[in-house]
Amino acid sequence: MPRSPWQRLLGVIGTLVVLVLLIFVVLPAVVVTMAAFNDKAILSFPPQTLSLRWFGNALAYPDFRAGFQNGLVVAPWSATIALVVGTAFALAIDRYKFPLKSFLEGVLISPLFVPHFTVGLGFLILAVQVNLVNTFIVVIGCHVILVVPFVLRSVYVSLRNLDRRLELAAASLGASPYRVLATVTLPLLVPGLASGWLFGAVLSFNEFTASLFVTGQRTQTLPVAMYNYVREYADPSMAALSVMYIVGIGILLIIANAFLGLGRVLNVERDD
Amino acid sequence: MSNATTSTGQQSNKSIAERCDDIAVRFERVSKRFNAVNALCDVSLAVRRGEFMTLLGPSGCGKTTLLNLAAGFFSPDDGQIFIAESLVNGVPTYKREIGMMFQNYALFPHLTVMANVAYGLRARHLAKLEITRRVEAALNLVKLSGLEDRKPRQLSGGQQQRVALARALVINPKVLLLDEPFSALDKHLRASMQIELREIQRNLGLTTIFVTHDQGEALSLSDRVAVISEGRIRQIGTPDAIYTHPCERFVASFVGDANILRGRLVSISGSQATIALGAVEVTVPSDPLLGTEPSALVDLFIRPEQLRLTDLGKACATSGAIVSHVYQGGHIDLHVECADSVRGRLLIRLSGSQAKIGWRIGARIAVSVNGSEAIAFAAA
Repeated sequence: MPRSPWQRLLGVIGTLVVLVLLIFVVLPAVVVTMAAFNDKAILSFPPQTLSLRWFGNALAYPDFRAGFQNGLVVAPWSATIALVVGTAFALAIDRYKFPLKSFLEGVLISPLFVPHFTVGLGFLILAVQVNLVNTFIVVIGCHVILVVPFVLRSVYVSLRNLDRRLELAAASLGASPYRVLATVTLPLLVPGLASGWLFGAVLSFNEFTASLFVTGQRTQTLPVAMYNYVREYADPSMAALSVMYIVGIGILLIIANAFLGLGRVLNVERDD
Repeated sequence: MSNATTSTGQQSNKSIAERCDDIAVRFERVSKRFNAVNALCDVSLAVRRGEFMTLLGPSGCGKTTLLNLAAGFFSPDDGQIFIAESLVNGVPTYKREIGMMFQNYALFPHLTVMANVAYGLRARHLAKLEITRRVEAALNLVKLSGLEDRKPRQLSGGQQQRVALARALVINPKVLLLDEPFSALDKHLRASMQIELREIQRNLGLTTIFVTHDQGEALSLSDRVAVISEGRIRQIGTPDAIYTHPCERFVASFVGDANILRGRLVSISGSQATIALGAVEVTVPSDPLLGTEPSALVDLFIRPEQLRLTDLGKACATSGAIVSHVYQGGHIDLHVECADSVRGRLLIRLSGSQAKIGWRIGARIAVSVNGSEAIAFAAA
């Protein structure tokens, strides 16, 4: 069908809008990346002379190294605990009817709406009460709460996509409910579990607001270390670190994609 | 047992008749409601050991609910279910020792063919060697050796079905439950799989409950058929009994092709009723007409192969013009425009020499009815 000039104009405008939006989305990352290669000790754009020295500086800075290592402790633990808790709740919500079910769902999802600083502050007050300030326990506990809603959702969606008849078939073959869970349900949920875990780990690794309250000198995570750095210095180390951050996450996603398929990991594809 | 069971008629399979008391699965006055809907209402059914029992009915009639109750996927609101003479109400599925085949086969997609078939044996903690031996035997039985390491998605529909069957058989179930297992197969494959399944079932002497909405499938496979509609069993009997002596309107119209001719009841005497049809009177069994007043309208159900052609001019049951003829190889189907037919055109199935006559579109023909082959119900 021939398109009228009006339709063609609309098409051009639509394409432009999409382009502008895309540029808008990637612009911060682009600006930061360019600033990272600036030779001068200021965060400026565009850079006059190029250098890699801020990458070296960022990598050598002790607080960043400690923060990175702390993140490698906190993120996997938080994601793993959140995965166990989230999976259990997702199963309960999907499979069983019980009183106050929607209330339970509301409570589990509430960290999405409660400001992170409230959660952080609450954990700080509690930590003081039980003498756990400046320990990983309180950091991980706080992150678990914040990450559970995401894990829960990811697992829940996978559960919904699971063919219940597979579980019925397993039961008819003589498998007890635990055996069905271990040999059919959980193996088939692996993509959802993996995506939930990965998502949780990345969120925990990046979490800043609540972490600011619950971390101490010994337990501070990378985003908190970056914040403390930027309060004192304004050189491109931060930008260099950001670039490494982006590249690191990118590599992680590429690996995840290779093993599980990105569509599945992000839960936008139905797995069959 | 419901009184419909008595209409079993001639038992085609002697060995089953001999073990009449040997009941493998028994439903006793079972009812099941889903929210406000009565899925099953006071259903009683006894399946004999080694019997191939088909639950036949339109979709939503409750046949699958009955099967799922036997499997233990949910429990009845009322009534009792026995498997091998023991009450299984409240016994969870995994302790019932049943084999089940699902419409979509429900093969475990993450497991190989070998692991799929071995699943039930592993759940029973058998020794490795024993498992391997039995899986091989089961795969041989369904003629599917050599594909042990494939995943289900690498198999064709027919192969998937064989795996599902092997998986259900390998555990030596007390009863095999089949939920429309053939509906996903194309016509040719379906026919050959049906024959094969029936052969395996008969050789193993395996009690089988088979759910289908396909009446042809039900008639060709079953030892007995239970016709279900709206949550109730309408008739239980051999395929022959169901086809030739339907006990009510629904069964007569659901099972097989049926022509319906409108007539008028003349009289009932003993087991016979006389019906005026066109210019003739025919005599039919009176059971289904008890309680019907003389001169009331009745519907005569008659199979396409039981309508006869008669000479024009003679007294006939009805007459009409040929609208189309369809050559079917062994027989010919005539479609006849007829004023007395309750449901559109008459379908007449002719075989032998009559199938060879060149039937002309538009030709008028006269039709006669043999009352002993027909059955009448009060007009709806």
